Formats: sequence, C-alpha cells, structure tokens
Amino acid sequence: MGLEEKIPDSIILTSLDKMVNWAHKRSMWPLGFGLACCAIEMISTFGPHFDVARYGMEVMRPSPRQADLMIVAGRVSVKMAPVVKTLYEQMPNPKWVISMGACASCGGVFNNYALIQGVDRIIPVDIFIPGCPPRPEQLMNGIMTLFEKVEKESVKDDRPEWGRKLA
Amino acid sequence: MSNTAKTVTLNMGPQHPSTHGVLRVILELDGETVVKAEPVLGYLHTGIEKTMESKLYYKALPCTDRMDYLAPMSNNLGFSLAVEKLMEIDIPEKVQWVRVCLAELTRINSHLVWLGTHALDLGAMSMLLYAFRDRESIVEMYEACGGQRMMTTYIRIGGLAQDIPKDFEKGIRNIIKVINNGLNDYETLLTNNEIFINRTKGVGVLTAEEAISLSLSGPMLRGSGVKHDLRKANPYTGYENFDFEVPVGQNGDAYDRYTIRVEEIRQSLKIMQQAIDGMPEGPYRAHVPGIVLPPKEDVLYKMESMIFHFKLITEGFKTPVGSVYQGIESGKGEIGFFISGDGTNKPHRVRVRTPSFINLAALPKMCEGNMFSDVVCAIGSIDIVLGEVDR
Repeated sequence: MGLEEKIPDSIILTSLDKMVNWAHKRSMWPLGFGLACCAIEMISTFGPHFDVARYGMEVMRPSPRQADLMIVAGRVSVKMAPVVKTLYEQMPNPKWVISMGACASCGGVFNNYALIQGVDRIIPVDIFIPGCPPRPEQLMNGIMTLFEKVEKESVKDDRPEWGRKLA
Repeated sequence: MSNTAKTVTLNMGPQHPSTHGVLRVILELDGETVVKAEPVLGYLHTGIEKTMESKLYYKALPCTDRMDYLAPMSNNLGFSLAVEKLMEIDIPEKVQWVRVCLAELTRINSHLVWLGTHALDLGAMSMLLYAFRDRESIVEMYEACGGQRMMTTYIRIGGLAQDIPKDFEKGIRNIIKVINNGLNDYETLLTNNEIFINRTKGVGVLTAEEAISLSLSGPMLRGSGVKHDLRKANPYTGYENFDFEVPVGQNGDAYDRYTIRVEEIRQSLKIMQQAIDGMPEGPYRAHVPGIVLPPKEDVLYKMESMIFHFKLITEGFKTPVGSVYQGIESGKGEIGFFISGDGTNKPHRVRVRTPSFINLAALPKMCEGNMFSDVVCAIGSIDIVLGEVDR
C-alpha cells in the first residue's frame, strides 16, 4: 500500500506483522495449475484422503489473478517456461512459489535439451520439495514449511522479486 | 479484430483447468459454433525418447513411467515386452499372471482418474472426490509392490523388481471389493443423471469409418462400435487364458465412451479375480544370466550373481541388430514400443506410439460444427495425458 515504509520499528509494527502473517498463512489460495505427474499427487493432496482444506487451502483458483501460491507441479519444458513466468507475473502480491518434485527443482532424471533444469532459473522459489513425485504428506510438509517462513516475514521486508523495492 | 470479421479466434490453454494438463487449443468461433479447432502441442515436451537412446535398457525403463503417469505399469509392461521380444527371453508363468493383474489394476487407475476429471469438467465436483477416494487403495497397492505411489518401475525386463508382497492376494481382493462398491456410487451419480446425459449424449460423435481412418484405439475406437482390443486380437503376456468381454458402443459419442470405460473397469475386476484365484507359484524373474538381473537375495550371497549384477548395472547387455515392435492395450488405447537395436548396449532408436497423441488427432473432427461448450466434453472424453502426448 506504500504505507509500510512509514511505520516505525515498534510494537505497532510487530503486532501488524503478526496479524498480516496470520492472515496470509490461513488463507493461502493455490493456483490450480498442474504440469505433469506431480499434478496428480497434488490433486490427491487436495482430495478426500489427505484433505489439505484442513489448513485453509481448499480453494484452488484457476486464474492467477486470484491466487497467491503457485505450486509448480511437474517438469517445465522450454516451450512452457514463458507461460510459467507470465502466470507468476500475473499473480498479485504477496505471492509464494513451491517447486514440487525433482523435475521442477532441478530437471530430475531428464538432463536434456527439452527441460528447464530447475524452475528457479525463471521464477523465485520459496520451498523446494524433493521426490518423484513427492508423496502428499511431503507436499503438506512443504506447505507447512512455507507457513513457518511466512510467519517470519515483515511488511517492511524488501522483496524485489515481487517488484517491490523499499527505499 | 475488425468489425467485418465473421469469426472470433479464442485461445484455450495451456493453463486451463479442463484441458487435462498443458494442452492448448486455438478455436475459431462463429458465435457459439466452433468453426475450427486446432490443438497446439509441445508444452510438456520432455525428450523422453531421446533420453532413452542415451541410457542402458534397464535405465531407460524408469523413463516410461513418466510418459503416461496415470498408467505407469502399462508402460513398463510395453517396454519390457518389447525388450524381451528383442532378446528372446521366456518369462515365468507367475510373472505373467502378476503382470496381467497389475496391468488391469493400472487400467482401473487410469479410468478412475479419467472418470473423476471428466465429470469435474462437466460440473460434477463430487465425482472427483469419489474417484480419488477409491484410487487411494490402488496407489497403496502400488506402494506395497514397488515402494512408490506412482512411478513404481515394478515390471522390469525379464520379470519384476522384487517378489510380490506377502499380502498381495488380500490387497487385490480388497481392491476388487472397494472398486465394486465404488462403481455403484459412480453409476448412481452419473449414468442416469440428466445433466450428465445432456452434456455427453450426441457430443463428439465419431463414426466407425472416421475412427478407423484416424487410427484411433482403445475406448475411442470401441465407442464407435469397432470391436478391436489387442488383448483379444493379439494376446500378449498370457491374456488368452483369461475370460472377459470387450464392451463396444453404438453411437460413438461421449456418453458411449463413458459407459465403455465403466464396463471396462468391471471387466478388469473380473480379470483380476481370475488372476488372483489361479496365481501359480514360481520365481519372480526369468533365469537368464547376463541379460536379466539376478535376484537380489542371490546377489548378496553368491559370487556369480554379484558379478552378473555388477556387469549388468555398469555395462548392460548387448542386443542383436534388428528392430522390434510390441503394442499392448493400455487404458487409453494401443501403446506400442518400437526399439531398434544396433548391437550395442543402448537402443539406437526408441519410438513410442502413444494412444493419447493419436487419439487427440480426432479433436478437430469432434469439435468442428458443434457448440463451444462441448469442446471441454470432447477433450475430456478422449482421455488424454499430456505427458504421453508430448513425451
């Protein structure tokens, strides 16, 4: 909002941080966006058996404009890379990225011409989850780890990857 | 767009919730009617065929899991059968029965995910939850066999990765029960559901001639009334010993494909029941030193086995010069592996005939002249997996 810079480092800031982070954490809406195999495990995570709705994440948004968590589930090909980057840029701030699985994190077993060897080459990634594909429990653990990370954030943080540079 | 233009060009995908992955379709619309539909592929091109050419045969096998990730065991089976054909390996009887059982389990897995996502596309959200509830029992069986929920690589060249788990029989019987109960739920929800019937009857119609000329396979072909199933037409891995029906449709529309797939789940359960009832005893891997990996328990205690194991893992085996094609009936249609060996330990060329890719060619024919909202239904009824389309 542009007000963050004017808040002094005091009890007001820490209380505000606490409230904002709680709100971010408890209403994280992931982008319904699957690329390959990991997407099926992602659906399983959102499905009846594992039910990630317990953590306030039941709404998968098909539009990037309404989402604030991008789970890159699957291999990112060279042709898909500009699309992934555009989707990330279309998401409003604040936004986070989870790179799910070996292919998205480092190319996985496919070290060849066709794949981007890690999605962090095109967009900033907060959490990497290993596995091919990761189990739903692993994805949930990744989401929990992201929550811990979100808890430590401050509204005054410099996040150049969001296009926000504080003076 | 100028005011004089008669049609509107609409881009669907690659990020779209009902294209089942990263398919992109460029649609030309005249009002609500589709004039032209053109699928754009390659958003998931992984170079799997090329990667397989640079690997030893054993190490190329895990790549096949990642093509059709909803039917990993079918892909393993196709590749293993092709290599076994090239190397002329005889497979023990027990392995064949286990393979049949797992291939049918995989067909159910593939059909369940299709059923859930197709119904979700047409607005029946709860169907996805029911399908994934029952699919969970299948992936748990996969995990018991191969140690992984999806990419099992359990069916290997010359046999299986390890012996079947102790509670295999109990597990399969339990799955048969779970899916049988589940089928009642699905049919109650969909078969006589007026909305579902209105959305699928008469949508995406293909005649038998069109289906044959487009070289379709699987439920797409059988939906148009052509009774062709590789399990019957060209039996492999002992399918001739099993008694099952091949369901065919009449109208060639999306509803027929739905009924066929549900019936196929039922027939798969029947085959699994027969396989588990008559499962013979025996080794879980063929004994062909120098080509098939020796059993793990021998590797730890026998010197010859350990030498063969070491040599196979580091050098692999050399194939004769020649090429081989093996097609099998996966859940989506005929998946075929063409392998050309050049006398070295790596394949010279691997070409996969994937059913999704060839079935997708029917999309323009199914959409053109029909309403815009039926495009989603048409895409869904093909049952594509983009990992397999783009490879």
